[in-house]
Amino acid sequence: MTNAPVIETNGLGKSYGKTNAVRDLDLTVGPDRITAFLGLNGAGKSTTIRMLLGMVKPSGGSGAVLGKSIGDPAAGLDVRRQVAYVSEDKRLYAYMTVEQMIRFTSSFYLDWRADVVKTLLKQYDLPPGQKIRSLSKGMRTKVALLLAFARRPELLILDEPSEGLDPVGIEDLLQALVAQCAEGTTVFFSSHQIAEVERVADQVCILHHGRLVLDASVDDIRQSYRQIDIVFPSLPAELQVQFQLAGVENIRTRGHQMNVFASRNADAVVERARDLHASSIEVTPVGLRDIFLQKVKEN
Amino acid sequence: MFFRLKPSAGQPLYLQLMEQIRHAIENGALQDGAQLPGIRTLAEELLVSPNTVAKAYSELEHAGVLELRHGSGAFVSVSRRARALTDRVRAAEKRVSNLIEELRAEGLRDEEICRLFEAGLVQQSEAVRK
Repeated sequence: MTNAPVIETNGLGKSYGKTNAVRDLDLTVGPDRITAFLGLNGAGKSTTIRMLLGMVKPSGGSGAVLGKSIGDPAAGLDVRRQVAYVSEDKRLYAYMTVEQMIRFTSSFYLDWRADVVKTLLKQYDLPPGQKIRSLSKGMRTKVALLLAFARRPELLILDEPSEGLDPVGIEDLLQALVAQCAEGTTVFFSSHQIAEVERVADQVCILHHGRLVLDASVDDIRQSYRQIDIVFPSLPAELQVQFQLAGVENIRTRGHQMNVFASRNADAVVERARDLHASSIEVTPVGLRDIFLQKVKEN
Repeated sequence: MFFRLKPSAGQPLYLQLMEQIRHAIENGALQDGAQLPGIRTLAEELLVSPNTVAKAYSELEHAGVLELRHGSGAFVSVSRRARALTDRVRAAEKRVSNLIEELRAEGLRDEEICRLFEAGLVQQSEAVRK
């Protein structure tokens, strides 16, 4: 087993005129895991994905997918064979029926798995004879997933796959991603839905205004990220300075209360608070939602 | 076997799963030799990354609680030491529930009891560290 990154970018950037859609992006996505790419609408997620797939030319920096440089047109075809992409708009041919769409797509790939198609058609309850045009958004997503999964890709990239799906549709989608990862496919998907990411992802990258503001393992977040609420009956001098410890990301004070946001080292914060005669110290875990809001607000 | 993972709890999901499997073995819901679901099956059921399940299984194998048989899955393997532990845990459970009853009778609320237990454990572990 190799641990070489599946996606790697160095200083990758894209500007449209004066607008920087993506800035100086150093992104690393490890193999055999589920990585979520979080960000508000317009944060630069789709632009990044399109650069990775060679659909948009970067204005600066470099990147590689499965070890092949993203600008290299010769390597591009190779990469496209091993990477499955489910786009935001699930671009499919609207005039085709589900069955025609499947047959059409299968003709491009040597490793097409007809048995998987058969199973998924049934599992997703897709009507083979119906035109793509007349399908609901959820159904269209399922067709796009089926086409991606039929190939056992090495890397599966999905851009906002849960957009427009109802709760049951989202469950089905997450289940499909889990199953695909269990088969050895690396999954990279963008989203702005924190709840769905929190469960299923191994790693979370947060993009904001085109910059990477967080890259952390979800285990690490649960283990180390803490919110510490402290009360001081008499305020010590230079309170803020006293708490500038390693891992402390943000400090807020209100009267006798103080709130410390730490990405690690919560023990040291608690110890310092005790030394300064705090009357109450409460440590609570920080959810991905709080981290997301924190990162988005401070940047 | 039913497992419930809390994504919002301040503990990695694989640790939550490990604890629940351990607990199920201690209270007899999972008995010696019982087979656990495959990694993919359990991951799909819990809607978590397969790596979460794989990590929990492999750590439990390391701890001697599970046996991973190539191609056929994970099985509970309760050693004699672990069985003795099970008995001890059952006895402790009884004592803890008696104490809780006493404290409730004295008018303490459940959150207060919970906080006291937690604070007591924190003090203990700090004393050990020093």
